[in-house]
Amino acid sequence: MSSSPLRRTDRTHAVRLLVAWAVLTVIGIFIAMQVHLPPGDQSHQAGDETWLLQFMTILSVPVFVGVVLFIVYSVIAFRQKGPVLEDGPPSRGNFRIQVAWVAVTAVVVLILAIIGIDELSTTSSGTNFASSSQPALAAVGSSAGHPLRVQVIGQQWWFTYRYPDFGGVETTHLMLPVDANVEFHITSTDVLHSFWAYQLGIKADANPGADNITYVTTLHTGSFTVRCAELCGLWHGHMADTNGAVLTQDAFAAWIAQVQKDGADFNLPPYAPIYFPSPAVKGS
Amino acid sequence: MATADIVDGGPPIIQASERRLGLPTNILTGIVLAAVGYWAGVQVGNGFALNDALNTGVLLGYTFASIMFLVGIGFANYPLARLFGWRVTSQPSGDDHAGPWRYLNLSLDHKVIGVQYLVAMLIAMLFGGIGAMLIRTSLLVPDPPIVAPDKYLTLVSMHSVMMVFVASAAIVGPFGNFFVPYMIGTNRMAFPRLEALSFWLVPPAIVILLAAPIFGGFQTGWTGYTPLAEQADQGFDSYIVGFTLIGLALIVSGVNMLTTIITLRAPGMTWTRLPIFVWGVFSASILGTFAAPILAAALAMQAMDRTIDTTFFISSAGGSPYLWENLFWFFGHPEVYIFILPAFGIVLELLPHFARKPLWGYRTAVVGLLGVTLLSWFVWQHHLFLSGIAPALRPFFMFSTEMISIPTGIVFLVAFGTLWQARISMTVPMLFCLGFLFNFLVGGLSGVFLSDVPSDVTLHGSYFSMAHFHYTIVGGEIFAIVAATYYWFPKMTGRMLNQTLGKIHFWWMMIAFNLAFMPLFAAGLLDMPRRVSTYAVNLQTLNVWVSIWAFILFASMLFFAFNIIWSWFFTFKVAPANPWQARSIEWLMPTPLPRRNFEKIPVFTSGPYDYGNPSAKPVADLGGPPDSGRMGGLGVEPAPS
Repeated sequence: MSSSPLRRTDRTHAVRLLVAWAVLTVIGIFIAMQVHLPPGDQSHQAGDETWLLQFMTILSVPVFVGVVLFIVYSVIAFRQKGPVLEDGPPSRGNFRIQVAWVAVTAVVVLILAIIGIDELSTTSSGTNFASSSQPALAAVGSSAGHPLRVQVIGQQWWFTYRYPDFGGVETTHLMLPVDANVEFHITSTDVLHSFWAYQLGIKADANPGADNITYVTTLHTGSFTVRCAELCGLWHGHMADTNGAVLTQDAFAAWIAQVQKDGADFNLPPYAPIYFPSPAVKGS
Repeated sequence: MATADIVDGGPPIIQASERRLGLPTNILTGIVLAAVGYWAGVQVGNGFALNDALNTGVLLGYTFASIMFLVGIGFANYPLARLFGWRVTSQPSGDDHAGPWRYLNLSLDHKVIGVQYLVAMLIAMLFGGIGAMLIRTSLLVPDPPIVAPDKYLTLVSMHSVMMVFVASAAIVGPFGNFFVPYMIGTNRMAFPRLEALSFWLVPPAIVILLAAPIFGGFQTGWTGYTPLAEQADQGFDSYIVGFTLIGLALIVSGVNMLTTIITLRAPGMTWTRLPIFVWGVFSASILGTFAAPILAAALAMQAMDRTIDTTFFISSAGGSPYLWENLFWFFGHPEVYIFILPAFGIVLELLPHFARKPLWGYRTAVVGLLGVTLLSWFVWQHHLFLSGIAPALRPFFMFSTEMISIPTGIVFLVAFGTLWQARISMTVPMLFCLGFLFNFLVGGLSGVFLSDVPSDVTLHGSYFSMAHFHYTIVGGEIFAIVAATYYWFPKMTGRMLNQTLGKIHFWWMMIAFNLAFMPLFAAGLLDMPRRVSTYAVNLQTLNVWVSIWAFILFASMLFFAFNIIWSWFFTFKVAPANPWQARSIEWLMPTPLPRRNFEKIPVFTSGPYDYGNPSAKPVADLGGPPDSGRMGGLGVEPAPS
């Protein structure tokens, strides 16, 4: 059963689709570039993530447009016409198209993976582990010297922060100096939490008995939100703090000095990389 | 010789004598014995409990209740009769009960099991959907929550676990059990009792899960992460036992499907003629068979941590929560492909019939399905990118996760090739298949965002990932299930579903689904974490919008249920034998279907998608080969000793 004379050739359909795809893709990419994506540019890492999200959004435009266009076009152009059910051409495949398709998707995957691995390596680098006991304040966190260490302790249902470089003082809001390399040590005293500083572009799980390390390089002052991103029990949704801030170096120095002064009254347990919960009380 | 009745085909029919047990085995007996079993389990468990949390009693209660339920409906009859040498009676009906009553009882007929599964899955979906509606109701207000946090998290957990039950079984269960034997030309599955067992494990699992609120519910989500699970009340024991039962159902169903497809194909049903739906079931069965045992083992470890004070997952006593995370996701990621592979199978099966073209690139499609099956074992740690795993592992799992887009891309290529220059009939099943392609495209593309570690840092654990997997499972799998229901319902029940209502249902569901879930990507990008009972005030408008469209989506499913009930029970017109004029073998069968699938085992003479070829023979010769007495497909049971 040959196709009826009203049917157009493969070539006509392909050309129409390609032209429509090209035009719509250009328009789509233009729109995608206007979209403002998080997390912003408060830190080096956040900037990288924003760039990557933007890049992937743009990369997905031709795929999205192509698939939707194909479906819509097929439904319009390749419909049954007339009352009698008609069969289409018995084409069973085209080896070259299949190989080309797999090759193109493989190349896209490879590009994505290379970009991801590259981002990953720059995110983890940029810190320097030069050990120095109690460094001078001016050196702490500066891009040249020892990174500022901050311990994040997840608890049901808030995060507290300890600064081992400043005597292990503990605070309930996270303050960081600008232009600093920060090395977060994230742990938990009870269940799993996930420390998510949204505008800073960092997220890492807090595990009891484990020290999860992640890095951030602050670039701009401003406030940020800290949330818990791992289900941790009843008040998981309330485990949010909008009072985190990246401060100027001077403001940070003044703040930490004040915390140290206030904290002298408290009898904190000695700083340790991890804190074990007391044995779980079952069935409370 | 009990096998005498088997040889002439028909459903497998051996049943032990009922009277030997001293009571009739049916569902009522099952329910009574389950209650007795629960009571006994609680007594035994509480008597031996090592700690005062009463988990042992509840766990043993659920376990005994499940076992006694299975005994009560008759699973013990045959093994006991064999064990003690009692007389085995044969009933040519394929089950012990007649009329509609047999749909509520143990039946070894794959057609009955398919219908049982379909109804059970629709009911479970209704429960899960009601949970979703309560969640969305609570999220109408950011703070204070309408539903208290513990109740809210119990709702989230029960919705997710219930829907995981549905998603695991709602294609292979109803449509796999019903149509795979037809498609490969056999009268029965390889292990009919395992087939029945794979169904009868599901109702206890659903009931046990629904019992969780009696004991305070559980607030852990479907992941059940420790140490949070350690803190949970006995409600969490529902999760352990219910999920174990579903895991067992996946194992027995997987083993059975693999054996059936490998060994019981009729003459002429070569691997390259196998309908693509059967390939989808086959790949999912590989995953079910090998992944679900890991779940069962991990759940047993959780149960031991809760009862006999082992410390597998308790970090303060030498265990590790990471162990649970890895075991869970080593099962959990193959699990999501157990959801979607049969859905790929349905969509690629239906497209050729409604495009009136052969499936384009059949062998490539098979490679795509098997490629997903293989790769799915190597991606589980992308759920743990931020958990503190060794950083050196992250590039590997990032790459393996992104590689999944290659076989998934093949599925789209095959769909496109099939649609190219086709003669598309815009029937209701076709509409849902096209809806699947759109929704799964969105789900797949958003998955790429989550696969790259740096972008995952922002998106992980947020509503973005929640929207992503709802696009793949609801927009993908559920759309495929609905397509399959509209497509095969006339053959399964003998009644056409109303097509006009079906078209309304499609547009209603498609629009409501996308308007409900698309904004949730934005919610995730705007730092709304998953599973929160409260959220930032500035996101209220967005959440109210989502809730309203979610209610409309739920209403579309009620409309679907109405269509099913109306068409099934209140239209009295028998459906035509082949309403779609499709080529595949199930449509060569008369409607209503005779109890015995094939009088003679068919000989397959061409592929199921041979459209556009005027010289193509019908897909099978139902007259059978001259000497088909003991050929594959007849499924002769080994003679008893």
